[in-house]
Amino acid sequence: MSLYYVQKFLYELNRDEKAQQAYLADRVGVLDGYDLTDEEIQALVEPDIGLLFHLGVNGQILMHFAAFHHIAWADYLDLMRQGIATHGPVREGVYAMTGYEGVDAHTSALGQHGRTAQPTNTEGSR
Amino acid sequence: MPLVFAGVCSHAPGIRSRYEQADQTLREGLYVAFDEMREALEATRPDAIVVVAAEHFANFFMNNMPSFAIGMADFYDGPIEDTDWLKIDKVRTPGNRDLSHRFITEVMKGSDVSYAEEWRFDHGIILPLSFLTPRYDIPVIPVNINCQGPPLAPLPRVWSFGESIRAAADALPERIAIIGTGGISHWPATPDSGKINEAWDRDFLDRWVRNDREALLAYDDLTVYADAGQGGFEIRTFLAVSAAAAGAKGTVHFYAPIPIFAVGCTIATYQIAA
Repeated sequence: MSLYYVQKFLYELNRDEKAQQAYLADRVGVLDGYDLTDEEIQALVEPDIGLLFHLGVNGQILMHFAAFHHIAWADYLDLMRQGIATHGPVREGVYAMTGYEGVDAHTSALGQHGRTAQPTNTEGSR
Repeated sequence: MPLVFAGVCSHAPGIRSRYEQADQTLREGLYVAFDEMREALEATRPDAIVVVAAEHFANFFMNNMPSFAIGMADFYDGPIEDTDWLKIDKVRTPGNRDLSHRFITEVMKGSDVSYAEEWRFDHGIILPLSFLTPRYDIPVIPVNINCQGPPLAPLPRVWSFGESIRAAADALPERIAIIGTGGISHWPATPDSGKINEAWDRDFLDRWVRNDREALLAYDDLTVYADAGQGGFEIRTFLAVSAAAAGAKGTVHFYAPIPIFAVGCTIATYQIAA
């Protein structure tokens, strides 16, 4: 498993239009030179957003990859949730730091349920 | 000149990209607060704005990740994000290489930093600028604190960095403003996106307004992660501004959780003596 190289490939893709063109032209060939497992290659080529999140890709990197593939925001979030449901908790990286068990578990841990929000203006001298 | 302005604001991409999906009253209130922050900033006539942000792998990666980095260029292009996605046009923001060089030299007297003569903005900097300098006509000195890829600088080191920024600003003849950008509690770009721990945010902002160094440094990354998500690591940018404000007290002009923006949207300033 080589989360570092999965993320490095995506980092370079996200900020380089030439790399994006190369990826679109040859999704497998462009991965040459990155130390990747077959599973990681499959996730990057397909692309499998849910699997990439499960593998531990940082969302700040992954969301650009999803946008690049014209995946709508709500669908992007759903794909990650499906990835956790299908493959289990995040394996590695920042989201695995204290264990990632999903939205429901987080909501429960924070004691949050549906709520409404009101703006605040805490006046002092402005 | 002594520092002329110190404030913080949110930088979540959804503030622009998902504007239409948000509650109308909340989103309009946020935009008004941003505009009032712009007016307050302009009134201090800054020669340059130090934007302390937490970038998101636009320039820095785990192959060579600086804890603290400062830009040193005459211009900065961005955003790297797709225009249709972020809904902010590509723009060249002015910098000032000479000023950055002198600023960094002063900062280095108190803190170790990396400098970067090349830097492409992402939403962390460009979104606040799109509100605060909509004509992109004030030179920017971009500053990054690594808040994304642990290990992260311990909070006392962040505080020290903020003090170094203040000392540098005070030492230069130019009028320098500082703006920190980031989230408080949030889980951006994850399945939990939209979750906001409002109680945690309000407690944090209370500490920030009081500029209570001890209370602000009492956080640790494990509990921040549990209570405030990985986005909570970005409190570092807020803490750097607290330290730079050197004891000044603050005002929260706007705070509201806006889930579709994926953060408790915040506009706050310190009353520094200019």
